[in-house]
Amino acid sequence: MADLTLRVNGSERKVSVPPETPLLWVLRDTLELTGTKFGCGAGLCGACTVHVEGNAIRSCSTAVSQVAGKSVTTIEGLGANGLHVLQQAWLAEEVPQCGYCQTGQIMSAAALLVKTPNPTDDQITQAMNGNLCRCGTYERIRKAIHRAAGDTAASGGAR
Amino acid sequence: MSALSRRELLVGGVAAGAGLVIGFYLPHGSGSQKDTFSPNAYLRITPDNKVTIVVARSEMGQGVRTALPMILAEELEADWKQIEIEQAGASMLYGDQTTGGSASVRTTWDPMRKAGAAAREMLISAAALAWNVPRSACSAENGHVKHTASNRSLSYGELAGKAATLPIPTDVPLKQSKDYKIVGQRLARVDSPAKVKGEATFGIDFRTPGMRYALLSRCPVIGGKVASFDDKESRKISGVSYVGKIGDSAVAVVADSVWGAMEGRRVLNVAWDEGPNKDLNTAAVMASLKQGASKNGANLFAVGEPAKVSGRHISAEYQLPFMAHAPMEPGNCTAHYRGSKCELWAPTQVPQDCRDSVAQAIGLDPDQVKVNVTLMGGGFGRRLEHDYAVEAAQVSKAINAPVKVVWTREDDMRFSTYRPASFHQLSATLDASGVPVALTHRIIAPSISGQKGQPVPNGVDPDLPDEAGPVYGIPNYSIEYVMTETPVPLGWMRSVYALQSAFALESFIDELAVAAGKDPVQYRLHLLAKDQDLPYFTTTWKTSRMRGVLQLAAEKAGWNKALAARRYRGVACFGCFSSYMAEVVEISMENDQPRVQRVVAAVDCGQVVNPSILEQQIQGGVVYGLANALRAKITIEKGRIVQGNFDDYGPLRMDETPTVEVYAVPSQEGPTGIGEPSVPPVAPALCNAIYAATKKRIRALPILS
Repeated sequence: MADLTLRVNGSERKVSVPPETPLLWVLRDTLELTGTKFGCGAGLCGACTVHVEGNAIRSCSTAVSQVAGKSVTTIEGLGANGLHVLQQAWLAEEVPQCGYCQTGQIMSAAALLVKTPNPTDDQITQAMNGNLCRCGTYERIRKAIHRAAGDTAASGGAR
Repeated sequence: MSALSRRELLVGGVAAGAGLVIGFYLPHGSGSQKDTFSPNAYLRITPDNKVTIVVARSEMGQGVRTALPMILAEELEADWKQIEIEQAGASMLYGDQTTGGSASVRTTWDPMRKAGAAAREMLISAAALAWNVPRSACSAENGHVKHTASNRSLSYGELAGKAATLPIPTDVPLKQSKDYKIVGQRLARVDSPAKVKGEATFGIDFRTPGMRYALLSRCPVIGGKVASFDDKESRKISGVSYVGKIGDSAVAVVADSVWGAMEGRRVLNVAWDEGPNKDLNTAAVMASLKQGASKNGANLFAVGEPAKVSGRHISAEYQLPFMAHAPMEPGNCTAHYRGSKCELWAPTQVPQDCRDSVAQAIGLDPDQVKVNVTLMGGGFGRRLEHDYAVEAAQVSKAINAPVKVVWTREDDMRFSTYRPASFHQLSATLDASGVPVALTHRIIAPSISGQKGQPVPNGVDPDLPDEAGPVYGIPNYSIEYVMTETPVPLGWMRSVYALQSAFALESFIDELAVAAGKDPVQYRLHLLAKDQDLPYFTTTWKTSRMRGVLQLAAEKAGWNKALAARRYRGVACFGCFSSYMAEVVEISMENDQPRVQRVVAAVDCGQVVNPSILEQQIQGGVVYGLANALRAKITIEKGRIVQGNFDDYGPLRMDETPTVEVYAVPSQEGPTGIGEPSVPPVAPALCNAIYAATKKRIRALPILS
């Protein structure tokens, strides 16, 4: 067991868990932040995507000890002041079907827009290719990212 | 006017303050209502002006929580914003609560409309009585009844109590489609905001106080059992509180976190009694399937006498592998056993089956088991099984505490139920102009229902009436089903047997068109040229409607225009779940592999309830169908399922996803299925495009092996 301090969505959270525990399960079971999903446990599907220091990572394959002291953002903390521009775009384009993978999709897209505010189709594909969706929402995901990028340009930044 | 019988609607809620409650019955599939009228859906209008529909149709992404209320709201003349849908759990009082078979909209269209219309008429009557004016002077609109002459208006909430004291009308006028204000609109799905915020509670997200977590170690060999186990190492893992045998073939590891249970299972030592399938492999399974071809089958469809027709004879054989549903949310269920009762929180398409099988497994009566249905992270038929619910109840009983059983992705892949592998023999006789005057299609496949011990009347798997119908007006035409057996666990997977039926038939029609030297679209249109009814079990397939979707898809795809350089295309059409579908797939070839560039899909599903949801379902079905065609293949070695995760069973990713254009034939016919019909034409249209590109005919899926 290890006593660790995490900075999750801007708040300090103390947890006492085995240090090799994947961040995913600490978020879901210990901190009760269930918006981050379990899909494959092997970094193959992206349903567990969160941000660590602004970078999209797969929380199912990241030991919690590796993120101690670092800033973690989950879907619950993405739109700190209401809905994030991507969440708005996701609603405008009616992206979700079952919705299970969508929080991971949005987190991957959010990391993309920070680095690449106006991505091309190829850049979107490259950033999003690690996120699986069995409902087949990819086409609307692409549209929603373009929409958010347009909105971002108009309002001067993703955050 | 639509006549209502006492068997269709039931009024309740006359207790003071309860408002108006109308119970009605929603049939499932072709199943008919039982002798006793037992409503399985309720419309409730309460004095606080809320309209609630209580219905057991599970939301797994297909949009029922939006589409079903739209149907009812239209007739009710409700304000869309005042309607809520409430998920009903399994109840002894209810009729069938299954969600599947692309049935939710098509089977609830009439009863939903009638319930809404009856309530509307009762609310109008209540207002007329309150104002002491003739009914005919009152009208319903936007959640209110109005008396225009005196400019008075009362909300449905204000009228609900009074309306509840009135008799249900025996005749109710249903609206004409030209007057629709809600049906046919692209209304936003009600479940989307929670889903983009991460607030939606799927089965795996549910928690209850004192809940523990369990993973099960299951015998990797199909049909094997636990011989013995050693839990010494598991017990050393932090948080592990219980290790014990569950049923004959699994050992549960319970911990205070999912991770603890995973680690406990990882170091668990189980000796398996591998049983009779320990040497089973794919080659043996497929060989035994093909042996079925020598047996006589059951007739699904028969006109004329194909065997007596002479001409140019062509035949071909096709085969398909086992496939896994692989929904994004792995299997899970939470159960809380409390001695004389057990409560479940299950992501399930079949709450009643969960209740009944749980009751049997843990020795309770069905009415002692309560099933709450959660949101589902995809279903695709996997959640028509109830294995995870039984496991959760058994573990909860063993530890006498609430527990959530979680499956890993590997568990989901290896302990699933699989789309049946199948083998197809097709033959045709062409006349001098190359037109088939005879066609036979023999479908050789194990029966899903048969394997589960359910009735298979006259040797016809009960799913085939929705999924293996005739497409063309061919004078001598037979479709036959040969039932085989397999030890591989079988399940209903999106579009079920229609995927196999369409792949074989529509690939073969393409072969015939090539043999005849005809354009594949023109060839098909010729076979659909005459208006014909093709009766097939409870559906009457119409060549006119199939022709309509084929023409629409061909036109929108620009079939008669030249393709860009190094682009190729294929076409296929098929009907299932009473809907008609045609698709044109356009590809390029890169390193001898197809890259799908564009799919044009045309559907005739009758009245479209929500075009945005329709587009979602068709785009999603095409993406699902592409993954099925390109890569989906479950294989067996030494009695074990080989594939484990998304690396060796790869769904489509964004880079492989084409644009999918969706067109619907305008129609005022009643709505038909939309969750599944877009899946079957994908594989044959793609393989036909590959033939156009390479002159190589693909007769076995998957394409990339």
